[in-house]
Amino acid sequence: MAKRRIAFYLMTIPALVLFFVFHTFPAIRGIYYSFTNWDGFSDNFDFVGFKNYANIFKDENVLNSYLFTFKYAIVVTILINVLSLLIALGLNAKIKFKNFFRGVYFLPNILSVLIVGFIFNYIFANVLPVLGSKLGSSFLSSNILGNENWAWIGIVIVGVWQGIAFNTILYLAGLQTIPKDLYEASSLDGASRWREFWSITFPLLASFFTINMVLAMKGALMVFDQIVALTGGGPGRATQSISLLIYTGGFQGGEFAYQSANAVIYFIVIIVISVLQLKFLQKREMEM
Amino acid sequence: MMRKSTNWPVTALIALGSLLILFPLYITVSIALKNPEEMARSLFALPTGLHFENFKNAIEATDFFTAFKNSAVVTAVSVLFILLTNSMVSYAIARNMNKKFFKGLYFYFISAMFIPFQIIMLPVVKETTDLNMNNIPGLIVLYVVYGLAFNVFVYVGYIRSIPYELEEAATVDGASTWGTFWRIIFPLLAPINATIGILSCLSSWNDFLLPLVLLGDQDSYTLPLVQYVFQGQFSTDFNLAFASYLLALAPMVIVYLFAQKWIINGITQGAIK
Repeated sequence: MAKRRIAFYLMTIPALVLFFVFHTFPAIRGIYYSFTNWDGFSDNFDFVGFKNYANIFKDENVLNSYLFTFKYAIVVTILINVLSLLIALGLNAKIKFKNFFRGVYFLPNILSVLIVGFIFNYIFANVLPVLGSKLGSSFLSSNILGNENWAWIGIVIVGVWQGIAFNTILYLAGLQTIPKDLYEASSLDGASRWREFWSITFPLLASFFTINMVLAMKGALMVFDQIVALTGGGPGRATQSISLLIYTGGFQGGEFAYQSANAVIYFIVIIVISVLQLKFLQKREMEM
Repeated sequence: MMRKSTNWPVTALIALGSLLILFPLYITVSIALKNPEEMARSLFALPTGLHFENFKNAIEATDFFTAFKNSAVVTAVSVLFILLTNSMVSYAIARNMNKKFFKGLYFYFISAMFIPFQIIMLPVVKETTDLNMNNIPGLIVLYVVYGLAFNVFVYVGYIRSIPYELEEAATVDGASTWGTFWRIIFPLLAPINATIGILSCLSSWNDFLLPLVLLGDQDSYTLPLVQYVFQGQFSTDFNLAFASYLLALAPMVIVYLFAQKWIINGITQGAIK
């Protein structure tokens, strides 16, 4: 029996060692650096206490990147969930070429986000303006990615175009778990489609709704690839997400320690959001 | 019953929506096949002559086959190690949840779901560079580690639904814990291995951030990273750029065309569990 027990412990070793060395240890080191003034390449650095943290709260670039990231994440999460639920309902209805359309809607999920971003970059710069000038709209005939106020919409469009795919498949999986006879009973009772959706479909999808909201939000809060491909954070710093700020400041701007402190703060923010989101959505699941 | 017949309005809406998905891909294919004069005539028209020389030029300019080989090696090896190591540790955890060590390990691993890579990327890059692991093997190790939280969560849930009886019978027959795992449990994990394999494959193949911050040597660049690096040279030649994008997207799209049903079912299965 002792041999059995030892075998179980041995099985955990590869994963445990790798995880500690490449996840926990760097995380601790990141916290350590956040209390220094290291620029990322010098040989020496000093401890500066909480100075980095104090400065972050006064830093306008950090504040702007938080505002942009949250605006983006909230809009994308809502749009993805509304649209992918609608598409899943459509794909679950009695339609022709069901498998073909299901395949098409899932397709964006297998494509590289960066390359999709490059393709949309071209569309925003060269295709939409042509359409816009044909329609006689001066707003559409310029590249929205070059406009400080509207560039973020371009990033939202790409995020939604791609993000819908995965959530649609999850909602579709959820819809297929709902027993058909529930609908038969309600149609005998003469319930309208609208009623049917809110009193049968939506409550039974509650756990899928929770997962999809959390997944979409988590992905959107980390947005990076689309921004690199579409705007590089510009114009100015209008579309600089927190991930991008940590990347550019930490690796290129000589702010290794400072951006480490930024990452620690962002980590705390993400924990708070995740816990709140799960609590709220699970409470709603219970009530339904 | 009304609902047995095809719902045409919904079919039409779904078809319209799918055009929005297909339009950017149509643009990609058509630009990749055109030359600048054709582009100047009309952006949207089908290409008249098929300019396959765009692909030849893109392959030469970006050293496509090297990047393809790098992406393929990183993806294949990381998926293999993810399936082996992550399922093994999950088995140990799932069968010993009553013990403090294993329960603690479980929560230790899954708590990492709250720590996205971007949060720890600065010190991770420092560490991997110090260890001389800013290369393809290093990239593979990191993919194995960063999938762990989600994968352990999924595997442990699945393994706990497998009844003990099979293992007990094997134990009575004198099989070791290792033998039980490889011969009995691992084959039973096939459906969930498929789910995790597909998701890991997609995320390793398409990942951009890790190769960007980690890989030092240009010969080790993966496909997405190569597109990024060559962006500057592409800026004047869209036909070359789109031929290159299409080449980079094509391998996954081809796999998807053949295995679409299997891929979607694999992910659906994981979602319901």
